Amino acid sequence: MKVAIVAGPPTSGKTTVIRQVIRRLKESGTRTAYLKIDVQYADEDETIRAEFGIPTKKVYSGDLCPDHCNVIVLGDALEWAQKAGAEVLFVETAGLCLRCSPYINNAVGIVVLEATSGMNLPRKIGPMLSLADIAVVTKIDLISQAEREVFRANIMAAAKADIVETDALHGINTDRIARWVAQSADVGGELLLRGSPPVGTCTICVGKKEIGKEAHFGVLRTLDSDLFYRGE
Amino acid sequence: MQKESNIESIAVIGGRGRDGAPEPLASIELKMGDVVSIVGPTGSGKTAFINDIELLADANTPSRRRVLINGRPASDFSGSNSKHPIALITQHTNFLSDLPVHRFLRMHADIRQSDKGESVVQETLDFANQLTGEPIIETIGMTELSGGQTRALLLADAVVIGNSPIILLDEIENAGIHRTKALELLHGFQKIFVFVTHDPRIALLSDRRVVMKNGAMQKVICVEADERRAAQEIKKLDDLILELRAIIRNGDRVGAALLEERLHAIGYQNGVKP
Repeated sequence: MKVAIVAGPPTSGKTTVIRQVIRRLKESGTRTAYLKIDVQYADEDETIRAEFGIPTKKVYSGDLCPDHCNVIVLGDALEWAQKAGAEVLFVETAGLCLRCSPYINNAVGIVVLEATSGMNLPRKIGPMLSLADIAVVTKIDLISQAEREVFRANIMAAAKADIVETDALHGINTDRIARWVAQSADVGGELLLRGSPPVGTCTICVGKKEIGKEAHFGVLRTLDSDLFYRGE
Repeated sequence: MQKESNIESIAVIGGRGRDGAPEPLASIELKMGDVVSIVGPTGSGKTAFINDIELLADANTPSRRRVLINGRPASDFSGSNSKHPIALITQHTNFLSDLPVHRFLRMHADIRQSDKGESVVQETLDFANQLTGEPIIETIGMTELSGGQTRALLLADAVVIGNSPIILLDEIENAGIHRTKALELLHGFQKIFVFVTHDPRIALLSDRRVVMKNGAMQKVICVEADERRAAQEIKKLDDLILELRAIIRNGDRVGAALLEERLHAIGYQNGVKP
């Protein structure tokens, strides 16, 4: 089975891109499945199931970072999709801090960025972009040619990814993504993350609200010091 | 003027109209240096037509049109990381950056033509300032520009710094820029300009116009000598409208006597040219 992991900031158009690609794969007779990992609300599993009649599933990560959740549940998800008879599994993760890279070896890593999010976005997001195979740029019709070109140049400086500029209406150029996914290798053997996402479960993430280093454990720092560790 | 691409022509091969029937106009070819207008009622498919060009359609849009570059499928040109040869300025296109004008243009110039950053920035500003009422101040933020200044700079940036060989403009007449001047300047560039327009002045200052109806290309009309003469009269009438607009903007009144006097001044009496 082939896997495509799709990451990107909220509202960047991840689901729209996935729908365009699923439509194209379906036309060529490929059986797909879809998993959405989100924090507390998502209905894309229902809309995609209704539109394409394919197996879909969603996971709420709750207090966990969705990309952390992805690491934990993906093994089970592959089994689920395999049993459901899918040839390609799409995993859509809602990145939060945008410092993560949820991509794994052999799977196709796709980052979806909206052109309207500012020209410097590609320089800000790190491994989510630099470790991706394909960078999809959406909403290109809303910005000036200049910003579009700078955005593109900034992607090229940050990553070796293939750049696909697309519009939501027709999904032009998403043919390329469908081809890439269809021709990708099957996942197998030991599954490994491509990069280490900073998803360490920390005291703040699990709900401690006090301000100041005195209240926390784990990897800490002062305003002027380097990182140090407190705890067992 | 530097030559950046080796695109010589683009052709749009007709697909089907909204009713599913083949387009009456089977194809149209645009060559470098052409200025073409797309005309037709609202909803006739003008914007879809330029979107097809922008997307280098290959029978994969609702119109099923195909775009050829130099007679070959455009997909040969839209390689993954190569530069897109087309600039599209729509009514929604905007600058989102709040950088100062000069810094913004310089940044774009540096990624495009690193060897002569400063001179193309100045050329761009000069171009834009010929199209606007109030000159653009280089030190203010891009987002502080007026609507007209923004359109003028979008156009100037795409033409001069972007140096795109194909430039598509959607209803630029709504922008409040100097249209005759724009057409005059654009004719000096070896590029393909396509205007979606409702403006007779822009249509008649183009070389040709494609007539759209019901999502399909109907025919091409070449602007000939008689229409060029008419264009001169339309220019006078249009300038009169602009003058009336200026009077109203200034807080003054426009009366029947003033209108008659102005019409008379450009050679019209009792609404008829003697």
